[in-house]
Amino acid sequence: MSAAPLLELRGVSKRFVRSLDTAARIARRLGANVREEVVHAVDGVDLAVRQGEVVGLVGESGCGKSTLGRLAAGLHAPSAGTRLWRGREVDSAPPEERRRTGLAIQMIFQDPYASLNPRMRVADIVGEAPVVHGVVPRAAQRDYVAECLVRVGLDPVLARRYPHQFSGGQRARIGIARALAVRPEFLVCDEAVAALDVSIQAQVLNLFLRLRAELGLTYLFISHDLGVVRHLADRVVIMYLGRVVEAAPTAALYAAPNHPYTQGLLAEVPRLDVRHRTFSAVRGEIPSPLAPPPGCHFHPRCPHAMPRCKIERPSLREIAPGRLSACHLNDAPADAAPAGLSEVTA
Amino acid sequence: MIPTLAVDQLRTHFFTRQGVVKAVDGVSFDVHAGKVLGLVGESGSGKSMTGFSIIGLVDPPGRIVGGEIRLKGRNLRDLAPAEWRAVRGDRVAMIFQDPMMTLNPVLRIDTQMIEAVRAHAALSVEAARERSREALVRVGIASPDERLRAYPHQFSGGMRQRVAIAIALINRPDLLIADEPTTALDVTIQGQILAEVQKLCRESGTALLWITHDLAVIAGLADEVCVMYAGRIVERGTVNEVLDAPLHPYTRGLLDSVPSRNRPGAPLRQIPGMSPSLARLPEGCAFRERCARATETCLSEPPLYSLGGREVRCFHPIHAEDEASVE
Repeated sequence: MSAAPLLELRGVSKRFVRSLDTAARIARRLGANVREEVVHAVDGVDLAVRQGEVVGLVGESGCGKSTLGRLAAGLHAPSAGTRLWRGREVDSAPPEERRRTGLAIQMIFQDPYASLNPRMRVADIVGEAPVVHGVVPRAAQRDYVAECLVRVGLDPVLARRYPHQFSGGQRARIGIARALAVRPEFLVCDEAVAALDVSIQAQVLNLFLRLRAELGLTYLFISHDLGVVRHLADRVVIMYLGRVVEAAPTAALYAAPNHPYTQGLLAEVPRLDVRHRTFSAVRGEIPSPLAPPPGCHFHPRCPHAMPRCKIERPSLREIAPGRLSACHLNDAPADAAPAGLSEVTA
Repeated sequence: MIPTLAVDQLRTHFFTRQGVVKAVDGVSFDVHAGKVLGLVGESGSGKSMTGFSIIGLVDPPGRIVGGEIRLKGRNLRDLAPAEWRAVRGDRVAMIFQDPMMTLNPVLRIDTQMIEAVRAHAALSVEAARERSREALVRVGIASPDERLRAYPHQFSGGMRQRVAIAIALINRPDLLIADEPTTALDVTIQGQILAEVQKLCRESGTALLWITHDLAVIAGLADEVCVMYAGRIVERGTVNEVLDAPLHPYTRGLLDSVPSRNRPGAPLRQIPGMSPSLARLPEGCAFRERCARATETCLSEPPLYSLGGREVRCFHPIHAEDEASVE
């Protein structure tokens, strides 16, 4: 446990600013009430992923989970905070080290249709990066691509084809082969199975499990599907409106969620064994990140909201070994604590 | 009692240059008032095309080539286009995965809703607006007066879907066809939509045909389930029968692929291969090449037959005894 995490994000934030165009700037100079719009997509998040671990990152659309994934992969520069790879800060490292870190962290995207260049053959999609980065010499490219395709369960004779000639599941495999071609240690999977049919999804999830065992990979697995995350992840991080609200080992989280948002989310998941159920739901919708509510972001939808929740932002605190939650209810007397906490500490 | 919807041997084929694609090939089922039928299948199984056929929205080169679609005993296939327009949106309504299939992006919500009301009832604009307002309230939209004057792009995805549902239900249809309306939504929003559709159908006695690939949603919502594969129904029964003791190996495979039915971290029990192209179906049983139970018999086409009050299209259905020996 003393070793530094493989990847660590410390206090990272990402703000997207829509700057004013010329007309709006002139209008403002003339006294109009126009301001730059700022979205706090990720707001002061700490995340550490240890070597060999699978961390599931869960949240609803707009909660900032994809942005956090892109920050982890280095596709976005953080507005604040630092990124550390094996305990060393990445962005202030010398260029050669930054490049190596960049190769070690690869990303797999949600849309198997949009994330492959339709004008490139599979051989080039998979084989371009390893040659450019000197992973394999150009002369060995063909054999290397064949090896990469076999590893993800594709026939190497398909390498001459274009992406449109493949099914969704096969395209997902091509995306995985492309990411693995530069021999990464860490994969950020952003909704990598969301677009797939149930039976194909099972095949691709099995591929992820197999590759983890074969190559010793570490995953940050971003998904809105709590069933998929439960199956794959060792630890789960729940995000709501740019902040982490709960983080816990998978089994503990599913057995006894602490944060009211996590509880609501888990209660909503349709289950195969619950028949003829009368549906009811967490009220309201995720608020706009342009104007997040003050205090705890979840308080307008929370059944346990107190006056304090509207003013004070709850900090993410350890409530049991390995379990973090950001909720004021954990400060309340034991009998008022949200369900779950008692089971865990008992 | 006659069912609200009775589909009998429905066949919808697409006449393409590559040949005839049998998207829906001999599909039969009934849905009774106030009941929910779940139509389950993966992409390309023909489940959506079954829905489009029932509401008469099949575009060329597709054509309904056979079968009957009876709404409260009346065969919809005999209707003239003008008669169809009177039925569609009034007695039969449909909601889609993408609510923008229902909503016109350049018209305000009130314009669209009032039009939907006045197309089927001789009401004044004011009365129609009032009815639209009530419909929005029913699907749980706050400040309906303000929302009526908004454009679709001013709504979130979940709100748009609720507006689409409000429009679909505004004339209290006998049948609502729902084609994966919650697939693109977050789980809390999905819960809200399911709650509202379920409540409205229970209150008004609307029969609901829920088309999805998500077995867990079906488990909570449906009374009866039809499983489709390659344009055909391969299994049909009550939700408990089909999900607890599937007869068809494909149904069994689908259920086993669901992560929650597997031990966390263990490899998922997967169906090998992928769904066949409808243009090049294998001879005999379409599932044969992916099926562990297939034998020479499966080279001929299995019929859909009754087995213990349920229906299955398989020569080697899974019996309870086999189950016991496997597990």
